[in-house]
Amino acid sequence: MNAVMNSINYGDLFRITLPETILEIVSLLALIVDLGWMRKSSRDTRMSTACWLGVLGCVAAIGWLIQHPDAGSIAAGSLVATPLVAAVKIGILTLTALVLLLSVTTEFSRNPGEFVAIVLLGTTGMLLVTAARDLLLIFVALELLSLSLYVLTAFAKSSAQSSEAALKYYLFGGMSAAFMLFGFSYLYGLTGTTNLSQMTSALSGSSVPLAIVALVLVVAGLGFKVAAVPFHLWAPDTYQGAPAPVTSLIASGSKVASFALLVAVTDGIMASGNSTYSANGNSWIVLLITMAAGSIVLGNLAALVQTSVRRLLAYSAIAHAGYMLLGIAAHTSQSGAAVLYYALTYALTTVGAFGVIGVVERSTGSDRLDAFAGLSRRNPLLAGTMLIFLLSLAGIPPLVGFWAKFNLFASVLRAPGSGHWGLVLVIMALAASAVSLYYYLQVLKRVYVVKPQRVDPMRITLLELTTLVAIAFAVVLLGILPGLLSGWIPLG
Amino acid sequence: MLALTIYLSFAGAFVLALMPKAWPRTPRILALLFALSGLAVALSGYVADYATGSVSVANLDWVPAMGIHYTLAADGISRVLVLLTGIAAVAGILFSWNIGDDEGDRPNEFFAFFLALIGGVYGVFLSVDLFLLFVFYEIAIVPKYFLIAIWGSTRREYAAMKLALYSFAGSAMVLIGLLAAYTTAGSHTMNLQELARYPFPIGFQMWAFPLVFVGFAILAGMWPFHTWAPTGHVAAPTAASMLLAGVVMKLGAYGCLRVAMTLFPHGLDPWGFSLFGIDSWRTVFALFAVIGIVYGAAVALVQNDFKFVIGYSSVSHMGLVLLGLLTLTQIGIDGAVLQMFSHGILAGLLFAAVGRIVYGRTHTRDLGLLSKLQLGKAMPFAAVIFVIAGMASMGLPGFSGFVAEVQVLIGAWKAFPWFAIVAGVGIVVGVAYTWRAMQRAFFSDAPAVDANGAIVPVPAYEPVTWSEMAGVLLLAGTSLVIGIYPRLLLDVIAPAVQSLPHALLTGGRP
Repeated sequence: MNAVMNSINYGDLFRITLPETILEIVSLLALIVDLGWMRKSSRDTRMSTACWLGVLGCVAAIGWLIQHPDAGSIAAGSLVATPLVAAVKIGILTLTALVLLLSVTTEFSRNPGEFVAIVLLGTTGMLLVTAARDLLLIFVALELLSLSLYVLTAFAKSSAQSSEAALKYYLFGGMSAAFMLFGFSYLYGLTGTTNLSQMTSALSGSSVPLAIVALVLVVAGLGFKVAAVPFHLWAPDTYQGAPAPVTSLIASGSKVASFALLVAVTDGIMASGNSTYSANGNSWIVLLITMAAGSIVLGNLAALVQTSVRRLLAYSAIAHAGYMLLGIAAHTSQSGAAVLYYALTYALTTVGAFGVIGVVERSTGSDRLDAFAGLSRRNPLLAGTMLIFLLSLAGIPPLVGFWAKFNLFASVLRAPGSGHWGLVLVIMALAASAVSLYYYLQVLKRVYVVKPQRVDPMRITLLELTTLVAIAFAVVLLGILPGLLSGWIPLG
Repeated sequence: MLALTIYLSFAGAFVLALMPKAWPRTPRILALLFALSGLAVALSGYVADYATGSVSVANLDWVPAMGIHYTLAADGISRVLVLLTGIAAVAGILFSWNIGDDEGDRPNEFFAFFLALIGGVYGVFLSVDLFLLFVFYEIAIVPKYFLIAIWGSTRREYAAMKLALYSFAGSAMVLIGLLAAYTTAGSHTMNLQELARYPFPIGFQMWAFPLVFVGFAILAGMWPFHTWAPTGHVAAPTAASMLLAGVVMKLGAYGCLRVAMTLFPHGLDPWGFSLFGIDSWRTVFALFAVIGIVYGAAVALVQNDFKFVIGYSSVSHMGLVLLGLLTLTQIGIDGAVLQMFSHGILAGLLFAAVGRIVYGRTHTRDLGLLSKLQLGKAMPFAAVIFVIAGMASMGLPGFSGFVAEVQVLIGAWKAFPWFAIVAGVGIVVGVAYTWRAMQRAFFSDAPAVDANGAIVPVPAYEPVTWSEMAGVLLLAGTSLVIGIYPRLLLDVIAPAVQSLPHALLTGGRP
């Protein structure tokens, strides 16, 4: 860390962290505006002001990132900026902006200023997680992200479910953070450095049993963040209990950031030595594959029997994390990019799906499957967006979910290290995704086939509808023209 | 130009999905216009390129970084099947002319799903890039689910889900094979022709071929993976049954030939050992096909639901297609492609007669009940149609089915003499079940009697509508024309079959 303290160029620091700084400033601004000037305004006005402020902050940060996607690093590579990192950051900011747009008309919170401020703090955490390449920074950023999400999960103060969800999330999260920190301490002890790239060279060639213990502990911590089996237990309850926008945030931005981190960490440590057969690399791979297989099987099977759409999507999220972990286990630069592509597009689709769930919940008071009955008659456009989101999650072309799956699995099969397990696991994943169509169709059956008890039009604000239609449009467009993102995230 | 068929169908689906719902009778007119223009394009493309070989239709970069291109082309096989799709689409809409008459018909959505399905089917038949082919293939799956689940009858939700899951499982198998082939060949291209030139290792082909073949054959209704077909056909609304049997099952057979057999021809080679006379995947699948022919026919013989009779007859007829493909002879594959066309037309006609003309008026498909209704007298038009369709379907000379079946059997005689004999038996059983259904439904002598023993008079059913008449003329006329002058299709099919990879035309001899 001494090197970190001494060698900081403050100009670079400012330049590289400007998006995060913007978010911090805007989050303070949201608090000041809301608590200072708008005390007397109605809650709706306060909520929309705060959310729009947050959206503006995200847009400003995106603008800066688009203008300056240059590569660089500060403090001996503790914090990096590469085009890929910039792309992921832009993705996360976009997702947060969409979540905020869909929150404008929500009614779960009496403290709009605090809500937006904490959302932006959490997003700052995500951005830092994406760029950090130093164990200490990684941990601090992850905690910023996690603590924000714990608070947000409990934000519906009048809902007991929300508090329960937050408590479960917090207890599991706290424990996994402790595990991870413990693992980090071993890694530091073994290598004498906290910097990932220096650690790579220090670990190379050596096969210390202690390193494997450390890796298991780190994986436990990260497995919790991405909700991979067996660290998934919090996910269904949290997805079900948290306010809808918070669930989208947990399912989208937080997932993307965690996978970006996983890619960075595995890049660093698995590459140590000659990747394929070094002892460290191997034990990592076995661990990741086991988690991936478990997540794919358990997520898809458990989702089959759910009656709550939120829980259903939670289990489907576990399954999707499993697919992405296959890409992590393949650990080539292509598979890393494919995982990020998958995570971003999956997150986009999920934000849309939870947006629809939020609207349906507001109208029917429930997220059960039957609450979706007859949606196509009550609001055809909303039903159409749900159709697109769920089919994309199921991986039906020409939607982006299919393309992401194709790209990911192709990169896994291509990876030199995947000779022994790649084909078997890809077969398993594709078989499981055939199963997954069943539960997505369970929702769509309610939406399109089942006759509703109420046929009155479902009310939705213009802003929500526009946002959802825009997301659906993006899902279709990216599916038809997958090359659109290739300037940001390399394909093939 | 043929690419227009795809765009027209998707444009139609898009327009209908977004159109206001205030005029329930407009969607069917619009849908008919879109389908007719699609047919016009398909037909003019067919005529214009009658004597030419493969024509390139479109070639654009799509994701060049991964070697994926938007490549469409049409050889003779594709053009014949595109023409079939055009005819089936128009006929399907003509026989759905009642959609929109009643409150709650949801005509916009019905015709939107219908046209989306048609667009996907056109796309599969025209794709050369395998990625593109797969995309279109899957686009055709989802609308089927909704068409059956929303507008279907008997156990529709179960049948729709079963069909969707079978199709999706099949396409997952196909995707595994395609991904493996793509990455094995170095990830440079998804172009079918370029990939087919890559020498995949024999060991690789030996597992990839059955995987992809079965994946497609599920949709072609190959025994023992056929069980989705009868339930799906029975539950589907008439137009969807017509499409399912008429073109969707052809997608499967087309995939077997165009993808599985073309890409992995050595998967058909003998294993090097023999188990009860079965020495290669080719024999295994030919055996399945023959079992399907006989089994489908036998089960159709004892069905009481009129639609189940036709559903199982489709399994039987598709068995002939698969058998023809696996003969690996010019004449067998010619016959298989011709049988695809012929069955597409005739299955459509049979489902229209049973599902729309008879069921739409009597509201029963139970052969026992129908036999008491004296439909031969009450509905002479329906009886005539069914007799024509039934005769054609059982392979009477003069109709398209005859030419196709004879060619398949000749091919099979060269390749698998025993299977040819058994398949011939299956065709004879086909005569029996058609005869039985026809006799029961239309020409039963036993009139219905009421409780007092008095004979119930022949009820008056609503007359045949112009749309039904037009649909019947289109389908029966096509079958008759092809039956009398099969060269109209064979002249186009044969050169395309000739230019298939050499290994597919050797009759199994290396």
